[in-house]
Amino acid sequence: MGIRERLSGNEAVAYALKQINPDVMGAFPITPSTEIPQYFSQYVANGEVDTAFIPVESEHSALSACIGAEAAGARAVTATSSCGLALMWELLYVAASSRLPITLACVNRALSGPININNDHSDSMGARDSGWLQLYAETNQEAYDNMLQAMRIAEHPDVQLPVMVCQDGFITSHAIENIELVETDAVRAFAGQYRPEHSLLGPEPMSVGPYDVPAYYMEHKRHQAQGMINAKRVILDVAREFERMTGRGYGLIETCRMEDAECALVLIGSSAGTAKAAVERLRAAGKRVGLVKIRAFRPFPAEELAAALQNCGAVAVMDKCAGFSAAGGPLFAEVCAALYGAAPRPLLVSYTYGLGGRDVTVDSMERVFGELEETLRTGAAAEPCRWLDVRG
Amino acid sequence: MKEIVEIRWHGRGGQGAKTASLLLADAAFNTGRYVQGFPEYGPERMGAPITAYNRISRERCTVHSNIYEPDYVVVVDETLLYAVDVTKGLSEEGAVIVNSDKKPEELRGSLHGYQGKICTVDAGRISEETLGKNFPNTPMLGAVVKVSGVIPEENFVKDMRQSFAHKFATKPQMIEGNMRALVKAMQEVLIG
Repeated sequence: MGIRERLSGNEAVAYALKQINPDVMGAFPITPSTEIPQYFSQYVANGEVDTAFIPVESEHSALSACIGAEAAGARAVTATSSCGLALMWELLYVAASSRLPITLACVNRALSGPININNDHSDSMGARDSGWLQLYAETNQEAYDNMLQAMRIAEHPDVQLPVMVCQDGFITSHAIENIELVETDAVRAFAGQYRPEHSLLGPEPMSVGPYDVPAYYMEHKRHQAQGMINAKRVILDVAREFERMTGRGYGLIETCRMEDAECALVLIGSSAGTAKAAVERLRAAGKRVGLVKIRAFRPFPAEELAAALQNCGAVAVMDKCAGFSAAGGPLFAEVCAALYGAAPRPLLVSYTYGLGGRDVTVDSMERVFGELEETLRTGAAAEPCRWLDVRG
Repeated sequence: MKEIVEIRWHGRGGQGAKTASLLLADAAFNTGRYVQGFPEYGPERMGAPITAYNRISRERCTVHSNIYEPDYVVVVDETLLYAVDVTKGLSEEGAVIVNSDKKPEELRGSLHGYQGKICTVDAGRISEETLGKNFPNTPMLGAVVKVSGVIPEENFVKDMRQSFAHKFATKPQMIEGNMRALVKAMQEVLIG
């Protein structure tokens, strides 16, 4: 039933959006996400979708246009990267707190400076507490599949939060690989229509984004937090339905050879595939190694990570984002927190890697496993915050 | 064919090395292979050295890194031999394929002691003869398929006609010229 194709990650996401046929796209170009609105605008021009395409003068305006459209009851989408996401900052919070389930295709790129167009996760990691759901992809297939599932999750009445569908700039966005597409009729039936309970164009008069007084503000924040908590269950429900349609299963995390792993990696995105090759190579040599890939970073799968990792001896938590906390990257901090209550629990080491497009190889990942083995042997992490493949 | 064949392209911005790597991925996909075709991006400038890559395999390859130990290297611009160590990491069982009007042995001295096969094809001249312009990427694509055997030649030629028909949907006059460039390069490539 699937359609075998070969597409880049950007082509795959643009194609998913074409199949979904959203009501509005507000967009401003920025490398490496530019191709998504570029391809999509061709679908609009060719009449293949009936989306209102709003070319705007900045990313701030792109997300503002989506907020207005979504508040009116439309399904709105946008795409951006790096400094473009940074320029959306204020509106990210407005979208989430106004409970507007906008979909944003984020093609991850280093956030300045020095200026750099290549991949890392500093852009979306910075937005991790803006109230958006975040799904990450290892491959073009996962970027496509996550996009097909995103709106169902975000628009669910128990969630009502915007969602970022993230993939690695250039590494998957500009690389052609095999992919299996879903027929458009099936996509449209799966994605359905956005039918909000309340909207500006609905039967009852309402306003969106008014001043909130101290008497109510905190209750609204508590509701917003509940949407994020509920999203864990909804992500899994939507994934089960998606698996029935495609045969491709998804969770909050993916585990690889974790059943008896002594040493493990936790990481996000395309490098998980490279790390899987290292795991297979080391397993062939009799090493008990595995990895956990995070698909949903928001909501954070704390219990699932603790269950997957607690029997390991040593774990490297890998951040494609410097963090600058002086205590390891953001993923490291959250994995530490997730495991704090677990007993037994592994030794945890932070690795900062792959910044600004620094290539991540199978050999590099094997080196991390080698260092973890040493950590396990000595029973302590001599240097808990390490940088991978960086010159002194 | 090996379980996985890895190819590295060296060109200059604007010569179409990236496009050629994507066309090769297309052609290999059409023979039922798993493929990767991807460029390495830096500051984008016409004429600057650029690199692109292909992995072609029987099983899905999960690795997302650049290629450091390729089976084949394609050099779309001969002047790169003096600017980039093009055979770095190249398998001695494989080959380097250079766009050049020289004979393979004349280039050996410029390849840092590489001991494997050296192949040349005068892609510039072939392109001028068939397309009337210097678009060396199509002849280089023909040459790498001929030398590597990564795709059965007959399937390849048939598939490329379709790919060109798709790529040049608005410029159909380009289809025949590109097909001639492809086939001519496959006939003329010198394997040393």
